Amino acid sequence: MISLEHIAIRSGAFALSDVSFTVPGSVYGVLMGPTGCGKTTLIEVICGLRKPDAGRVLVDGRDVTHEPPGNRGVGYVPQDGAMFPTMTVRQQLGFALRIRRRPAEETTARVEELAAQLGVAHLLDRKPHGLSGGERQRVALGRALAARPAVLLLDEPLSALDENMRGDMRDLLKRVQCEHGVSMLHVTHDRAEARQVAGLLLVMTNGCVRQTDLNTLGAPCTCQH
Amino acid sequence: MTDQHRAGPNWPFWVVIAAVTTAYLGLLFGMLAATATYSSPHHLIRALGSREIQYATGLSLVSCTIAALLSLIVAVPVGYLMSRGRFPGKNTLDTLLDVPIVLPPMVIGLCLLIAFQTPLGRAIDRIVPFTYTVFGVLLAQFTVGAAFAVRQMRTTFDHLAARPEDVAMTLGCSRGRAVWLVTLPAAKRGMFSAASIAWARSLGEFGPILVFAGATRMKTEVLPTTVWLELSVGNLEAAIAVSLLMVLLAVTVLLAMRAVGERP
Repeated sequence: MISLEHIAIRSGAFALSDVSFTVPGSVYGVLMGPTGCGKTTLIEVICGLRKPDAGRVLVDGRDVTHEPPGNRGVGYVPQDGAMFPTMTVRQQLGFALRIRRRPAEETTARVEELAAQLGVAHLLDRKPHGLSGGERQRVALGRALAARPAVLLLDEPLSALDENMRGDMRDLLKRVQCEHGVSMLHVTHDRAEARQVAGLLLVMTNGCVRQTDLNTLGAPCTCQH
Repeated sequence: MTDQHRAGPNWPFWVVIAAVTTAYLGLLFGMLAATATYSSPHHLIRALGSREIQYATGLSLVSCTIAALLSLIVAVPVGYLMSRGRFPGKNTLDTLLDVPIVLPPMVIGLCLLIAFQTPLGRAIDRIVPFTYTVFGVLLAQFTVGAAFAVRQMRTTFDHLAARPEDVAMTLGCSRGRAVWLVTLPAAKRGMFSAASIAWARSLGEFGPILVFAGATRMKTEVLPTTVWLELSVGNLEAAIAVSLLMVLLAVTVLLAMRAVGERP
């Protein structure tokens, strides 16, 4: 579960005040809003990459507002994948476990499991500069899932992909959410994208976030837990 | 009515570009060729065999290498701060960091000399003697070389996205560890360039060394000092030999930088 309670943040002329919402456990939440409205800022607040001026961030009921990013149990997939430029796909997928000093056998097994699940097993020894946009997003997804986070944050994960890849990636995201049972918050400005994946729709306008009836956009995700 | 406008030919543009390039290259190669052919190879080799020049060559190579490594150690954190940091007074600090680049070399030497006449400077000088010593040579080279290395590292970090570092932090790294594991490996070409620039600048440093460390033979004599000393006593062949040696070293560093820069 992801909860934001009365979050306020100011950066230069940009400001958000009293933002509150909850994405319940194992639900695919979509945060929709126009470009530049502060969606990425909220993602960064949940990750711990930005400190809010006021309010609390809760992950699975635990107050993580003052925790460093790595202790929050949050996986983060940025817009362009943000690959580690000098690491192979294998190293990227195993990164979180290596940082946590998990045994090598456990890391290897997890990397192979994720690689198979995400369809990147044939890319394990490749470096990012040889990967397509879709492959990068799959690797970024696997890298974020490796340490089994309670929450997965996706910042415009489909925006850099062409139409064919978008469809595949949408299906993959829904499948990953179902199989891993994580709470997801998927940020997008695309209504069609939101309609196709959302189990819960949050719309951000003028600095406010409100839950919106999915029926106004289309059919919700049918995934059950 | 049809448009009667016709775009002109492109060749005059390229002729002007080629003419300017040829003139500039002519100046560069002309002066190098004139220097290289001024004396015979036999005289040049004999000049390079002198004890003083060998000492200056050795001191130059060692001091430039140490100055380049020290410059890199300083340039990585300062370059990172200037690239990623957002803090009040950043523009002022940015200007201050460029001071060694824009100051006349003699003035840098004079500033160093005066700094070591202050109570703090004298205290440091009593522990490690800098004024008119080899350590002074090193400090003068470092002062200028580090400014160039900082600029290069800042540019390098500016070209590397910050997002991967953020992701590494969400995966369990502290900021320092994220930089160490993700950013620095990606910045290694920039680090090599920064060290090379600092090395090359240090090799050519003369003014600050002359004022702060002096030009004592077999003590604080580096290659530019040798050129000046040999010229001052009218030994043109030795001055030319050392100049050509410096050209060779500089070209080697440039080629190495280019080779590393072009490696995929």
